[in-house]
Amino acid sequence: MNQFSLNGKTILITGASSGIGAATAIECANQGAHVVISGRNLEKLQAVYNQLSGKGHQTLACDLCSLEDVENLCDQLPELDGMVFCAGITRTIPVKRIKQSDIDDIFSTNLTSPITIVNQVVKQKKINKGGSIVFISSISSSYADMGNSVYAATKGGLISFAKVLALELAPKGIRANCIRPGFVAGTGMTEGLSRLTEEQIELERQKYPLGFGETNDIANGIIYLLSDASKWVTGTTLTIDGGITLK
Amino acid sequence: MDIKEFIQYFADELDETGIEELTPETDFKSLDDWSSLTALSIIAMIDENYEKDITGADLRNSTTIQDLFDLVQSK
Repeated sequence: MNQFSLNGKTILITGASSGIGAATAIECANQGAHVVISGRNLEKLQAVYNQLSGKGHQTLACDLCSLEDVENLCDQLPELDGMVFCAGITRTIPVKRIKQSDIDDIFSTNLTSPITIVNQVVKQKKINKGGSIVFISSISSSYADMGNSVYAATKGGLISFAKVLALELAPKGIRANCIRPGFVAGTGMTEGLSRLTEEQIELERQKYPLGFGETNDIANGIIYLLSDASKWVTGTTLTIDGGITLK
Repeated sequence: MDIKEFIQYFADELDETGIEELTPETDFKSLDDWSSLTALSIIAMIDENYEKDITGADLRNSTTIQDLFDLVQSK
C-alpha cells in the first residue's frame, strides 16, 4: 500500500482559488482525495474545481475576513480527514505606516480564521481520528524582510498555535504541522514584489541556492503531511525554501 | 493635489532631511536618507494619501520629486 496516497480522504483547502492552495487542491485530487475547496472568488474557485481529477469534490465560497462567512463554512463542512490553511494576504508596508485596517485584514485572513475554523471543526467533531491539519506559515516567521512585519507576525503565530493544537489533539490521533515556504512564484505574494524593482527581484532570486520555488514544491510537502506516511509527525515545521535560510 | 503638499508628505517620510532642503527639483534618490525602507515608505505614503499604487520601477524611473509628483498625477 502506498502510504503517501490520500485515497478516500476528505480534505478542506482554504485559499484554493490560486497559488499554493490551487496547486494543493489539484495534487490532493490526483492522490485520490475528495477535496472541499474554499476561496473568496467563486468564479476562480470553479476554474480550479474544473481541473480536479476524480469525483466527490465540493466548492464553498467564503470570505475569511467575515466571521459570519467562516461560521457558515464550518456548518457546511462534511466530515474531514485533513485541513490545509493556504489562504493568506500580505501588504508591503514599513512599521511606521501600518494602519489598523492593515492589521485587521492580515490577521483575520492569515491567523484568526484558521484558528476559528479549527475551533469549530474540533468542537463539531468533524475531523476524523488519524486526521491531519496543515498550516502554511512562511520563512518570514523568523527570517526578516523589510515591510513584512504584520504578515510575519501572523505566520509566526500559526507555528505557535500549531504546537499547542498538536499537543491537545494527539490523544485523538489528530496531527497538526506547519509548512514554512520561501518565495514561490505564481502566488499572491508575488504582488508584494511589484513594489520592488526588477534588479531587486533578481537580487532576491540570487539569494536562493535553488532559485525561487514553484507551487507544486509546496503542495508535495503538504501531501506528505496529510498522508499516513507522516503518521508520527506532529507539532513540527517543514521548511521548503530552496535553501535561502541556510545562511 | 499640489506639489507643496506632496513635498510635505515626502519630507514626513525622511528622518534626517528637513523639508527646507527639498524642492521639486531635488534628486530624491541621492539624498543621504534614501534607502530601500524609504522607498517602501514613499510607496505606502502615496497609496495612503492619493490612493495610487506605484511600483519600485516607477521610483527607479523618476529622478526628481517633480517627476514622481507628475507620475502620481498621471495614474
